[in-house]
Amino acid sequence: MREALEGSLAIARAVALCKPDVVAAYPITPQTHIVENLSRLVAEGEMHTEFVSVESEFSAASVVLGAAAAGARAYTATASQGVLLMAEVLFNIAGLRIPLVMTVANRAVSAPLSIWNDHGDSMAVRDSGWIQLHCVDNQEAVDTTIQAFRIAQETELPVMVCMDGFVLTHTMEIIDMPSQEEVAGWLPPFDFARKLDPTDPKSFGMLVTPEYFAEIRHAHHAAMTRALPVIDQIDRDWAALTGRSSGGLLEVEGDPAAEVGILAMGSTVGTLRAGMAAHAEAAGPARIIKLRAFRPFPAEALREAVKGLKHLIVIDRAISPGLGGIVGTEVAAVLADMADRPRIHNHAIGLGGRDIPETIYADLMAAIRDPDAPAFSVFDVDLEKLAPEDR
Amino acid sequence: MTDETRLSELRAKFGRVPPAPDEPSPKPLTLREKQPRFEGLVSGHRACQGCGEALAARLVMESAGPDVMVANATGCLEVFTTPWPQSAWHVPWIHSLFENAPAVASGMEAAMKAQGKKTKVLAFGGDGGTYDIGFQALSGMLERYHNILYVCYDNEAYMNTGIQRSSSTPHAASTTTSPAGKDRMGKRHLKKDLLSIIAAHHVPYAASASVAFPADLQRKVRYAMGIEGPTFIVVHSPCPLGWKHASALTIEVARRAVECGLFPLVELERGSLSNVMPIRSPRPVRDYLEVQGRFAHLMKDKDPRAEKERDHLQALADYNIATFGLAGAAQDANDTGGAAAVGRGGPLVGGM
Ligand SMILES: Cc1ncc(C[n+]2csc(CCOP(=O)(O)OP(=O)(O)O)c2C)c(N)n1
Ligand code: SF4
Ligand SMILES: [Mg+2]
Repeated sequence: MREALEGSLAIARAVALCKPDVVAAYPITPQTHIVENLSRLVAEGEMHTEFVSVESEFSAASVVLGAAAAGARAYTATASQGVLLMAEVLFNIAGLRIPLVMTVANRAVSAPLSIWNDHGDSMAVRDSGWIQLHCVDNQEAVDTTIQAFRIAQETELPVMVCMDGFVLTHTMEIIDMPSQEEVAGWLPPFDFARKLDPTDPKSFGMLVTPEYFAEIRHAHHAAMTRALPVIDQIDRDWAALTGRSSGGLLEVEGDPAAEVGILAMGSTVGTLRAGMAAHAEAAGPARIIKLRAFRPFPAEALREAVKGLKHLIVIDRAISPGLGGIVGTEVAAVLADMADRPRIHNHAIGLGGRDIPETIYADLMAAIRDPDAPAFSVFDVDLEKLAPEDR
Repeated sequence: MTDETRLSELRAKFGRVPPAPDEPSPKPLTLREKQPRFEGLVSGHRACQGCGEALAARLVMESAGPDVMVANATGCLEVFTTPWPQSAWHVPWIHSLFENAPAVASGMEAAMKAQGKKTKVLAFGGDGGTYDIGFQALSGMLERYHNILYVCYDNEAYMNTGIQRSSSTPHAASTTTSPAGKDRMGKRHLKKDLLSIIAAHHVPYAASASVAFPADLQRKVRYAMGIEGPTFIVVHSPCPLGWKHASALTIEVARRAVECGLFPLVELERGSLSNVMPIRSPRPVRDYLEVQGRFAHLMKDKDPRAEKERDHLQALADYNIATFGLAGAAQDANDTGGAAAVGRGGPLVGGM
């Protein structure tokens, strides 16, 4: 059913449709409306779940870890400082290979304190071993949330659904909400083979000597790699049911004949679409590569997607100080062995919620003509605001 | 492979019997029958000889029975029981991190509720995991009223990482981060009164126990297992390595801690003191200190600082005895003298 919904309410409804046994979450802007809406659904009897109102994000992550380990479908949501407080548990969840779903309402990380959107939080736990999927709009966030529960179950890996804080979480959008019947028929019951069970007692989280550690990490990496086709297939399955794809691993849009590509994740893709529609005539056409799966990284699909490009603009919504762009660096690494690889122009934009206007499209396109441009820049920085020694 | 039949047999044999104090049982149970021996933690693990924690955990598991699952914090107990690919646990067991066992257990308990299962969730932590780094998660677990029995194995320091001080380390004890030296007499701060903080959550049951009094410990575990709600037991568990006493002296050292008043055995229900183990004849604190290397610097008779610290510790013990009313009338079957005179299965009461 099509309804105008705030992103956070839509996510809460989508989670409710998946009938998690246990939900644990701690409020933080801009994720708060998700927890509040879930709490309300529980209070109104519209959602039957063990809602554990924890005293911190550290416990939220630990509660869902324990719940899933004990055989329950589990869900949590957080952002920013919450992601960082959870960090130790997030690595642990992934290392234990516990399937559960978490929404990250992407927000910058302090200091300086900022409640606004960028990808600094989910990037900080990039190597935790979680699947990370990014959503362009709230419809994708709804669809991806439902898909995430199935991906988690099929891969026995935790799935992080990243949606831009405020830009998506607090925005009203027309959403096609799937029905309970659709989801119930599509999402199999949670049945975790390695669950804690007194009829078959097993031990988890044991001390592993150097003799076995490398093998376990290898197996985790292999499982993440095997998740690539699963993520793609589940999106196709969902599309077969609803007619809506969220873009599999990555999606190529715009002008396939263009020599310039722009790669981005999350809501920025929407801005670029609009920017291209408005400015393509003057600025030239581009191929937009929407990267949905950041972990596992779809290297093969990306090499295919950039074929024929002379320039590839890679947008980062976070920064690794002392290196530069994170997505940009990864893309460069993945394309390094291509014979005709495009020249990469890596820019961080929209840090700490800096508005990304549609005109950015034209500015980015213009920047590739600058032969002296550095390989990486904070594109929308205003150096005039800085003391000379900080520029 | 699952084995429901075996589990139901085990449940029938060792399972939790809801307390029915008003109904006299038709046939009196023998002492052995009263104390079922389910082996949840088996031998072959890697604990040091005379490890109090290993003994305490075995006793807890015996009384808790098979229909449980355990969330275990990082620490000696976790490390010595589960060197991959071996495990000494015969119940479902999970270790996640140092500071989150209460929260992991909360999730497990929520999962049991959601699935309509009755399996009781246990959470285990050392004193570091409980008094210090996992304290917040524990408070949350108690406040949210999860049906979990939390057991703290208190060996009064971070043993797993090599005997560093914790907030449970007694005043003046020497550890590797509170070493006794020319300018220092060991730890400068007091042992945290955790039990009072737990009790302030008004949980149904909180108790202290000791490996020196196994029947008392097991009675407390069984009592807590019968309660639907958060319960907490701290078990004084000597560590021969960290306390620097002979491995064969674990029980003796633990007993002296109780008998001198430094580690009172008490029970609190809904925040109020409901029971204590009286001390038949309180011993001087010195008896407890002198058998442990961690207090060796307090035994230098010519050092006035040593005498001062000994007096300080004696005063703390006297305070406990007065506050909890531990000075018992002689010959109480349930006092430290009576409780120590045990065969397996419980105190030897009244001619039995
Ligand atoms: C976040 C974190 N900090 C530090 C450690 C290192 N560490 C592991 S076990 C431990 C001490 C355990 O002490 P305690 O809880 O008293 O258990 P014990 O080993 O004494 O039984 C420490 C400091 C850790 N694992 N995780
Ligand atoms: S160091 Fe202490 S607590 Fe750890 S295994 Fe040895 S005796 Fe037990
Ligand atoms: Mg300890």
